[in-house]
Amino acid sequence: MVQLNLPANSKVEKGQYYKDKTGSKNIRKVNVYRWDPSTNENPRLDTYEVDMDNCSSKVLDILNKIKNEIDPSIAYRRSCAHGVCGSCAMNMNGKNGLACTKSHSELDGDIDIYPLPHLKVLKDLIGDLSTLYKQYESVEPWLKTSKVNDKENIQSKNDRAKLDGLYECIMCACCSTSCPSYWWNGEKYLGPAVLLQAYRWIIDSRDEDRKERLKKVADELKLYRCHTILNCTNACPKGLNPAKAIAEIKKMLATA
Amino acid sequence: MSAYKIIDHEYDVVVLGAGGSGLRAAVGLSEAGLKTACVSKVFPTRSHTSAAQGGISAALGNMGEDDWRWHMYDTVKGADWLGDQDSIEYLCKEAPAAVLELEKYGVPFSRTEEGKIYQRPFGGMTKNYGNETVQRTCAAADRTGHAILHTLYGQALKHNTEFFIEYFALDLIMKDGACKGIIAWNLNDGTIHRFRSHTTIIATGGYGKVYYSATSAHTCTGDGNAMALRAGLPLQDMEFVQFHPTGIYGHGTLISEGVRGEGGYLVNSKGERFMERYAPKAKDLASRDVVSRSIAVEINEGRGIGKEQDHVHLHIDHLDPKVIDERLPGISEASKLFANVDVTKEPIPVVPTVHYNMGGIPTNYKAEVLTLNGSEKTVPGLMAIGEAACVSVHGANRLGSNSLIDLVVFGRAAAKRAAELVKPGMKHDEIDKNETDRCLDRFDKLRNSEGSNPTSELRLSMQKTMQSKCAVFRTEKTLKEGVDEIRRPYDGMDSLSVKDKSLIFNTDLVETLEFDNLIRQAITTMDSAYHRKESRGAHAREDFPKRDDENYMQHTLSWCNGSKTKINYRPVHRSTLTNDVQYFPPQERVY
Repeated sequence: MVQLNLPANSKVEKGQYYKDKTGSKNIRKVNVYRWDPSTNENPRLDTYEVDMDNCSSKVLDILNKIKNEIDPSIAYRRSCAHGVCGSCAMNMNGKNGLACTKSHSELDGDIDIYPLPHLKVLKDLIGDLSTLYKQYESVEPWLKTSKVNDKENIQSKNDRAKLDGLYECIMCACCSTSCPSYWWNGEKYLGPAVLLQAYRWIIDSRDEDRKERLKKVADELKLYRCHTILNCTNACPKGLNPAKAIAEIKKMLATA
Repeated sequence: MSAYKIIDHEYDVVVLGAGGSGLRAAVGLSEAGLKTACVSKVFPTRSHTSAAQGGISAALGNMGEDDWRWHMYDTVKGADWLGDQDSIEYLCKEAPAAVLELEKYGVPFSRTEEGKIYQRPFGGMTKNYGNETVQRTCAAADRTGHAILHTLYGQALKHNTEFFIEYFALDLIMKDGACKGIIAWNLNDGTIHRFRSHTTIIATGGYGKVYYSATSAHTCTGDGNAMALRAGLPLQDMEFVQFHPTGIYGHGTLISEGVRGEGGYLVNSKGERFMERYAPKAKDLASRDVVSRSIAVEINEGRGIGKEQDHVHLHIDHLDPKVIDERLPGISEASKLFANVDVTKEPIPVVPTVHYNMGGIPTNYKAEVLTLNGSEKTVPGLMAIGEAACVSVHGANRLGSNSLIDLVVFGRAAAKRAAELVKPGMKHDEIDKNETDRCLDRFDKLRNSEGSNPTSELRLSMQKTMQSKCAVFRTEKTLKEGVDEIRRPYDGMDSLSVKDKSLIFNTDLVETLEFDNLIRQAITTMDSAYHRKESRGAHAREDFPKRDDENYMQHTLSWCNGSKTKINYRPVHRSTLTNDVQYFPPQERVY
């Protein structure tokens, strides 16, 4: 029988238990993945009892409450707190999302908070997104046009509408890190977030590089590792549909 | 002090911050062939420019006649005559080209029937010097900032700008009154980096987080402003803090002025459209300070809504759902998420919320930092742009959609000026070792704090004081109390507690450094407000309800050493840049 070994230090151990000190009658248990790169210790799952009577509605509010009132050492990214900057993407009760827009009332039972799946963890809930950012760069996310006059490009309302559902992407990586294909081939497969961005430029009526752009992604690994699992669309906290964008690229290539 | 590993870099120019202005500057610098580093504590598209909703102003005239001079007049009036008119002329004249350039970069602007850039009405934006509403604010639905930020990041990638992402800047390196670079902490691996540069451009944004309730992101901590203060430089007009009239009640999320631009209106508990009383002509599209004060008066006089009678309602339920879907999709989403309101059926509960800092690092229209030394003098090697800067185009009150245009116009101006001053590959000065030591001493001391006051408690105390003592309406009494109270959290740092001692993504320490930055700005804001004994723009003194041009048509300059401040003034520029337009002398400001 095949023996599978987990990499060293990957086993998540039981961590510390922080008992409520407020005397609240409305307690919720929140389990948070912790890992400190400066120690040689395994990751652990710390448990915090949180007083929900004095906590606002989102998961980020819980994390802020833990950091401010219980344990300042807990590390996570956060910025805008209303779902536009994409910093606080994480995995909550098994599903990727933005902590700042996810209501804890939608989560059942104890709350489990992990970093986005399958990223190298830098610390606690902070994942390494540098590969995804490099892949984003590789699709050359800028307008290519030969027009150099000082007037604006004219774009019809219909052509502009083709960008709706694409330009709104905040690059939180919830989709790509929910995709099993991306988990396995993340170095080569561009993944849903980056392919959605690629399609945003392919479909822009002002762009003159469509053919080249299509040619560049028409690759067994970069594009065709999408097996229409659709986790991406299910995960997107902005309600976008990366799977459809990928399908559109495939369609354009098939009919070109 | 424990030894820190220091990694040295040499760049022609270092841009600190990767929001709209920092990225625009970086693009221009890279285009000019200068070796440019862009250092940011967050990944560029996470910057707070992403949260700008309504649009970017420019007199393109796509939706009816317009003229940059009208835009200039509106801006001067919006600023309550505290803006420098040479800078305002530059802003408004350069605005159309700057927006067209963004379009060429690929910004997905909404479109008119003819396929041109769509423009919407916005507060204070008028035709023919205050006569009727004009459509001047260029929009990408209600996600204009997001669209611009992502596009500018793409341009920076195109031009191979070198990014240092998730680096937290600690201090400026100064030598004989000139800036020689910065020192930053790499959160990814815990190393310390020293960037030597001929020009350093501060583009670190505002410091909204000195208040308890703000539309600002958690990261809006004005780090560059505080670095300037620590370098012995003054900040300008810090008392002018803009309260946006429509933050979601209880949460603070911004609801764009574009909502009122598209026909939304405010009502009080009696169902009255009360803005008609305060601004008979412009009504709900009066400038932000006016609308915020009007809401505050309604609430203070008992006509607020809700159990506590502490907010008002913003209606768009009369608008065609198709219009909402096309032009205001983001605010529909935000209202659902944070107020549980379906905007097509119900009003949005709103309240004035801290939103923007008119004050910041004083600069001229070329983005060069100014200091007061007998006369106006530039600080060699240092520039500031965007919300961190005080050019001053927004004066005492910024008009909506004038911030995004400020970012790109002065981002571009800074790149142009730096390219004049710096030639690729110029030799770098030696840096005084003391500067590095001084910076790392502070860092090390904060990191090893073993006292009893958690950063979060001190921060909360600062935020509550600012919220209660330096709000929409101010008086001698509240400000005097504020001047004393705001020093308590500063003094609390004597016994600070930092639990995490590590160096990789130590966010306990990041928040502590941010607090150390915030508190200095809170103090200068409070002290500047206390010393300005008049009402102008966003600074409303109940005990001095009138504007006093004789004594206060001046910019406040405040220096801060520890918790001690020094206040001085420099006159507002009372002339234009060219003869293309005449100086607009002060008038009574009515909407």
